[in-house]
Amino acid sequence: MSGRKIGEVILDLKNISLSFGGVKALQDISFNVLEHEVRAIIGHNGAGKSSMLNVINGVYRPQQGDIILRGKHHTNMDSYGAANAGLARTFQNIALFKGMSVLDNIMTGRNLKMKANMLQQAVWFGAAQREELEHRAKVEEIIDFLEIQHIRKTPVGRLPYGLQKRVDLARALAMEPQILLLDEPMAGMNVEEKQDMCRFILDVNDQFGTTVVLIEHDMGVVMDISDRVVVLDYGKKIGDGTPDEVRANPDVISAYLGASH
Amino acid sequence: MAFFLETLLGGLMSGMLYSLVALGFVLIFKASGVFNFAQGAMVLFAALAMARFSEWIPAWLGMDNLFMANVLAFAVSVAIMFVVAWLIERLALRYLVNQEGATLLMATLGIAYVLDGFGQTIFGSDIYKIDVGMPKEPVMMLESVFEGGILINKEDFIAALIAALLVISLSVFFQKTATGRALRAVAADHQAAQSIGIPLGRIWVIVWCVAGITALVAGIIWGSKLGVQFSLTTIALRALPVVILGGLTSVPGAIIGGLIIGVGEKLSEVYLGPYVGGGIEIWFAYMLALVFLLFRPQGLFGEKIIDRV
Amino acid sequence: MFYRENGQFKTSYKADQQVFAIPQDRWAILALVVFAFVGIPLLVDEYLFRAILVPFLILSLAALGVNILVGYCGQITLGAGASMAVGAYAAYNFLIRVDGMPALAAILLGGLVAAAAGIVFGAPSLRVRGLYLAVATLAAQFFWDWAFLRIKWFTNNSSSGSVSVADINLLGWTINSPTDKYLFCLGILVAFSLMAKNLVRGNMGRQWMAIRDMDVAATVIGIRPMYAKLTAFAVSSFYLGVAGALWGMVNLGSWEPAAFSIDRSLQLLFMVIIGGMGAISGSFFGAAFIVILPIFLNQMLPLVGSLFGLEVSIALVSHVEFIIFGSLIVFFLIVEPHGIARLWATGREKLRLWPFPH
Repeated sequence: MSGRKIGEVILDLKNISLSFGGVKALQDISFNVLEHEVRAIIGHNGAGKSSMLNVINGVYRPQQGDIILRGKHHTNMDSYGAANAGLARTFQNIALFKGMSVLDNIMTGRNLKMKANMLQQAVWFGAAQREELEHRAKVEEIIDFLEIQHIRKTPVGRLPYGLQKRVDLARALAMEPQILLLDEPMAGMNVEEKQDMCRFILDVNDQFGTTVVLIEHDMGVVMDISDRVVVLDYGKKIGDGTPDEVRANPDVISAYLGASH
Repeated sequence: MAFFLETLLGGLMSGMLYSLVALGFVLIFKASGVFNFAQGAMVLFAALAMARFSEWIPAWLGMDNLFMANVLAFAVSVAIMFVVAWLIERLALRYLVNQEGATLLMATLGIAYVLDGFGQTIFGSDIYKIDVGMPKEPVMMLESVFEGGILINKEDFIAALIAALLVISLSVFFQKTATGRALRAVAADHQAAQSIGIPLGRIWVIVWCVAGITALVAGIIWGSKLGVQFSLTTIALRALPVVILGGLTSVPGAIIGGLIIGVGEKLSEVYLGPYVGGGIEIWFAYMLALVFLLFRPQGLFGEKIIDRV
Repeated sequence: MFYRENGQFKTSYKADQQVFAIPQDRWAILALVVFAFVGIPLLVDEYLFRAILVPFLILSLAALGVNILVGYCGQITLGAGASMAVGAYAAYNFLIRVDGMPALAAILLGGLVAAAAGIVFGAPSLRVRGLYLAVATLAAQFFWDWAFLRIKWFTNNSSSGSVSVADINLLGWTINSPTDKYLFCLGILVAFSLMAKNLVRGNMGRQWMAIRDMDVAATVIGIRPMYAKLTAFAVSSFYLGVAGALWGMVNLGSWEPAAFSIDRSLQLLFMVIIGGMGAISGSFFGAAFIVILPIFLNQMLPLVGSLFGLEVSIALVSHVEFIIFGSLIVFFLIVEPHGIARLWATGREKLRLWPFPH
């Protein structure tokens, strides 16, 4: 890992609690994310990982707790606010726009940066056309980066699962985020696809300096690519630290490896 | 006060009929996720069948017993509605199983056109009478409580009573019987229900058939009041706000929604109508439902929708 | 020559982003438009203009509006007829109440008023969706039906409830013959279709489609559902409003609220379904289908009847029309839910590879 330098705290989560009706999804969870690092959140199914990610990018609002992004409080942030603040994410069950082509899907990631008004777009003249070309060029860079040139005009619904995941990542990258949230980026992939995905994540982190927060349910590859790891279990934090520290943590061992191994 | 009560009761009684039509919507939606726009066409179709057969059967059999003629015509109409339900399942629904709600909605619009055209081709397109011996004269009630009492339309009262009975018996049917349980299983999850051996197709035929019978009853009641004519199809449009208000998946919602809309319509027409030129009842019901939706998007008793990512 | 694109390489993103990226398509469309402006007026008689072509053009415009909302933004509406009514009556009032108001300006202003009304009645889409929304849009339909029937100001206190407009005038060109009407509507339709295409292929259209396909994901990448949905309602209603004004003032000349009843709304929806949701061309296919089908059946059914020695009454024709129409809708939904436009596209894909599909 060359070139990147881990910086200050960019995202700080303090005492987050979230519940649905009587179900406590997250209980009093605090951790922080440093600029340029790869931060993993791991835990079993139902441990609250996805809820955690949804809290970070404003899909859910926690009942308690504070989200501090670059020193600013964002407790009442909605997902539009999160996007504006430089957070992008991918989805576990691939939430691509299935009626659109790969190119259009990625272009939607640029929407916050496109400023032409509706009238300009309707006549396709001046700002609208210029913008469309500029952003197309940027999107093509991402397409090259993720090696999906051959499918750019294909409707996403026709793509195999692994490629859809890559398009999902491409769309998030098109936002040029400061923090990239990845929801189980390797779930359901074969070994080869997992390796590709790992490479892309590390490349993004390395080349663009993007801070990456990812969640995964198995410890495997994640431990190899993360700088620090948070472990959740039934909505509670049971471990936090470097991969080695976490591996040595007795709570994590009993929750993870305990009985079954 | 007496006048207010009169209006209120009038509203409740017509509301009961809305509930009946709304129930047809809810049953089909619960069982198949289809928002059945053809409900109005089914009302017309059933009423046409009833009106014409109660005319034809005596002519064929050479009898003049009005009661028997009506009973026979009713039986034939029920049979016809069953065939209609079966055909709808056979020819359209089974091919549209996993389509989106909007597609299904449009398909029922197509079915509505077919039923309208078909019904009028077979049964004719004039105005026909249904005479099931509903009393026409009004009665006075509660004369001891109010000066002059309140005037109740006996026909409306009986109609409301019939509707209420049907609504109650259907609710019991779907809560207590095996078919009802199967139906609720299908409503909860098509595939899961199928995988434990509930025949989807048959359940749909049953549900459409039940909806056809509610349409028949609604058609008879309205038809005997206003005559059987094309405008009967608009009844479905009157019942839509009811369904929305009550929640698409809720039987109690259909009943209470019907009463609320019935009363709301009558009160608004009487107390608000004169100021704005009258005729407001149809859109008032929709506005009422709409305003309500803004506060409770899933309707009064509908299931809450949770977004998952 | 084969219809194919071997050897055609795009050297810039600009070339790749054209509306018709294949030169053959570009020429064919251009030829079609020229033919529509020059050829058809020379070839066609008045009846065809009045009965088919003018209604087709105006309803295509309306179907475009519905397609933007339903096909591209995924917000189902059963109140399209009401938007047409608002456009028609607003344009009428601008024309008669403002001295020297040019007809075209009145029509466009009518569209703008319809857009404003569309935003108001589209607001529930922020809270409710799907079928609930469909029913909510009926509220608009019934409200405006009532308003134009009962509120006399809208109809300039006309005693019969119907309003009429004398021949309209565009920069000295009086539009009164069927050919004039055809050319006027054609000009508007071509301009509006191009703008619609531009909108849906650009950022606006991507936002609409994102909301249609996956609204949660759309918000997460910074699309505001409120903005996307309300612009879709506004643009759609604008198109419908202009179409309504044309329908009233150019096609009918005098009209009543019934011209824009719920039947019209349903008809427009069918055009979009049968033609193809989410495809600009689908609006034209659908409008053509629905304008021509009744006329075709009207002509054919008595003929077919006479083959079997049957007298076919007008009532029967209209009933059979219902049956065939309804069956076709169901048939299309089962066989090709994406409509004629998809069939057309599939055919073209095949043609691009023909005769060597591998």
